[in-house]
Amino acid sequence: MTDTVNATRKPGLLAGIMTSGAYHKLLAFSGLLALLVVFSLASPNFLQTANIIAILQATSVNGVLAVAATIVIITGGIDLSVGTLMTFCAVMAGVVLTFMGLPLPLGIAGAILTGMAGGLVNGVVIAKLKVPPFIATLGMMLIAKGLSLVVSGTKPIYFNSTPGFSELARGSLLGSVIPQLPVPNGVLILFLVAIAVSFVLANTALGRYTFALGSNEEAVRLSGVNIDRWKIAVYVLAGGVVGVAGLLIASRLNSAQPALGQGYELDAIAAVVIGGTSLSGGRGTVLGTLIGALIISVLANGLRILSVAQEWQTVVTGCIIILAVYADILRRRKL
Amino acid sequence: MTALVEMIDIDKTFPGVKALGKARFTLEAGEVHALMGENGAGKSTLMKILAGVYTRDGGEIRLDGKPVEIASPREAQDLGIGIIHQELALMADLTAAQNIFIGREPRKAAGLLLDEAALNAKAQAIFDAMNLKLDPRTMVGNLTIARQQMVEIAKALSYRSRVLIMDEPTAALNDAEIAELFSIIEGLKAEGVGIVYISHKMDELKRIADRVTVMRDGEYVGTVPAAETPIDTIITMMVGRTLSNEGAEIPDNAGAPVALEVRNMTRGREIRDVSFSVKKGEILGLAGLMGAGRTEVARAVFGADPVESGEVLVFGKSIAISNPRDAVKAGIGYLSEDRKQFGLATGLDVRNNIALASIERFTGPAGIINDNAMRETAQTYIRQLAIKTPSDTQEARLLSGGNQQKVVVAKWLLRDCDILIFDEPTRGIDVGAKAEIYRLLNALAAQGKAIIVISSELPEILRLSHRIAVMCEGRLTGILPGGAAQEEIMRLATQRQSAVAEAPNARVTA
Repeated sequence: MTDTVNATRKPGLLAGIMTSGAYHKLLAFSGLLALLVVFSLASPNFLQTANIIAILQATSVNGVLAVAATIVIITGGIDLSVGTLMTFCAVMAGVVLTFMGLPLPLGIAGAILTGMAGGLVNGVVIAKLKVPPFIATLGMMLIAKGLSLVVSGTKPIYFNSTPGFSELARGSLLGSVIPQLPVPNGVLILFLVAIAVSFVLANTALGRYTFALGSNEEAVRLSGVNIDRWKIAVYVLAGGVVGVAGLLIASRLNSAQPALGQGYELDAIAAVVIGGTSLSGGRGTVLGTLIGALIISVLANGLRILSVAQEWQTVVTGCIIILAVYADILRRRKL
Repeated sequence: MTALVEMIDIDKTFPGVKALGKARFTLEAGEVHALMGENGAGKSTLMKILAGVYTRDGGEIRLDGKPVEIASPREAQDLGIGIIHQELALMADLTAAQNIFIGREPRKAAGLLLDEAALNAKAQAIFDAMNLKLDPRTMVGNLTIARQQMVEIAKALSYRSRVLIMDEPTAALNDAEIAELFSIIEGLKAEGVGIVYISHKMDELKRIADRVTVMRDGEYVGTVPAAETPIDTIITMMVGRTLSNEGAEIPDNAGAPVALEVRNMTRGREIRDVSFSVKKGEILGLAGLMGAGRTEVARAVFGADPVESGEVLVFGKSIAISNPRDAVKAGIGYLSEDRKQFGLATGLDVRNNIALASIERFTGPAGIINDNAMRETAQTYIRQLAIKTPSDTQEARLLSGGNQQKVVVAKWLLRDCDILIFDEPTRGIDVGAKAEIYRLLNALAAQGKAIIVISSELPEILRLSHRIAVMCEGRLTGILPGGAAQEEIMRLATQRQSAVAEAPNARVTA
């Protein structure tokens, strides 16, 4: 047994790390560390607890969305609808809580179920109607955007009648236990979602098929697996996660802003890509995506502290995306 | 005693092609039954029907004497029929164990979670039974092709397969790996598994097969015992048809200059020390079975893929070709096998496709395209090559296969190519258009173009070629004069390395 293990690991530890995809995560992680070092040297305000918490809080919505996008991208698909679907979920929470006056848990369920329903439509259109994921989710992006405006009457829905709602993301359970660590619930939710999705990807059949579909869909089909069903399940799961993001953003703003949402999908996909998930499918990790999302918000925060104009922050993020993918291409060329 | 599998009068038609007509096959338990035939004889199609990948149009399949319906790969697996596809159907980013049990993962926690430990243990048990040293946790993408094949076999065995179909299992294996595969096959045979073995390699049959069934043009030819039947008999069964009545007219080009010479071209296992030459006005046929390395050589000559060593001379001058641009500059045009993907911009019109490689010729100093000149040139070629199109502004995708081929030819003629490499020029073209393409190739040769034709169809090679170069497993196994016997070509095409030394007839140099 030990013989065979040694035999298969022969290329050496380094090569093992490089092929396992850990290399890219390592690269992304060192990139994040480098940014933290640079910004803390450049400004004494950067490494303050309050600022770190602000960065984490700013990551929470994009982080959760990026986790949803990661699941889909590992199957070799793409989800352009996460941004506006998130908004529609927020609006539906508003409908349940403010318009209908129902209790908080039903509002939470409403948002998540809305996301899952959107994911279900995506999945069915992609798996059954064979519409390419790019087109199917582009359609869903516009549908969700339009529905948000229709349902809300184009006006923001406030959650003032449900006082607990803004606590969802802005309160701090952790801070009430450890006053030195006033980490907002939104950040906890991000980590909980990340851990849960990582677990699903690693330990459940759904996770296994997520990777298998992205790796070689035809092989999965020839293995006698019902690929349509699993593909739909992947999009439903991603939709549920989008619903959580909808709750987070609505809670942070204490309102559902129907005009918001478009553009969020690109930030989410950027985080996924920086985190080393392959757009061609089969490979990717939630941890990498978290690091990717953190890189984006650390950059934004650090550059703002250094008084760099917002326009330039966007330029830098663009460069980082290209660099991250180029690093991945370099790695593959070496192998 | 009833046979394990009986396939009776199986029919299968794909759009436009009759793949199988009353095909037959029987398999006994505990035998290795080789299925042979030329490219396109229907071997893979027949076996994919047995494995539930395709559904049959007519006929009957019996398992243990009882008629069965096999509508999907899953149903085939449930009946104990496993197939190892020619293109391995594995998921590179999953481990060996995960691949083997895809769709049937052991569960824990009331079925909610996957039991990775049990999964690896089960895979290890299969590897042990196969006497295979492999860590089930290895990523399949990190394994050699041979090892990936072992994973495929383990996967088939995990279904407790009683029937195991192997489609060209040794295509990518070296001798040691083949020996390992064969010992596993012997073990399976001893346990009563019936094995269908699709292969082109004659010498392997003698080593491993009990019986041989030969197919031709989608039909059953006959079944013979492997040990007693001479290879020549099997080849005759495969080729079968009477020699093509229309041979090539071979012009006397003894005095013509050599247009293209390739010396000692080598790249790994795909291209092994290949040397040949083509004269001005000559058509050189490049024959061989699937995977013999013909397209690889053509693409390497054209600079589309790199080589490790070797030299290319055009009209006696050595030239460095590192990309297609260099090749085109030297006057070499390559018409690829897959026109739609590589040769033709299907969304553009005929005019622009013809001009595609020579756009600079039609652009003024300011970079403006002179559309009138382009139209006149395109129309000239449309007349000259008799391209059937309503106008030069017709989209190329709307043309028939044969006429698309002509558009690509026009493109290279306009680019002043003296050397044209045609890779499967009549694939997907109907019979009438084929004859026209043949006329065109002959006319081009008569005009002094040097032409290389790669074809998997022997009649086509025989009808066109002035000389025939034959390849097998990356090596050039011989060059024959035009009009050589099909049997001779097949012999060279199946002449594996081990057999080369003792084959006195082979003329290995040009």
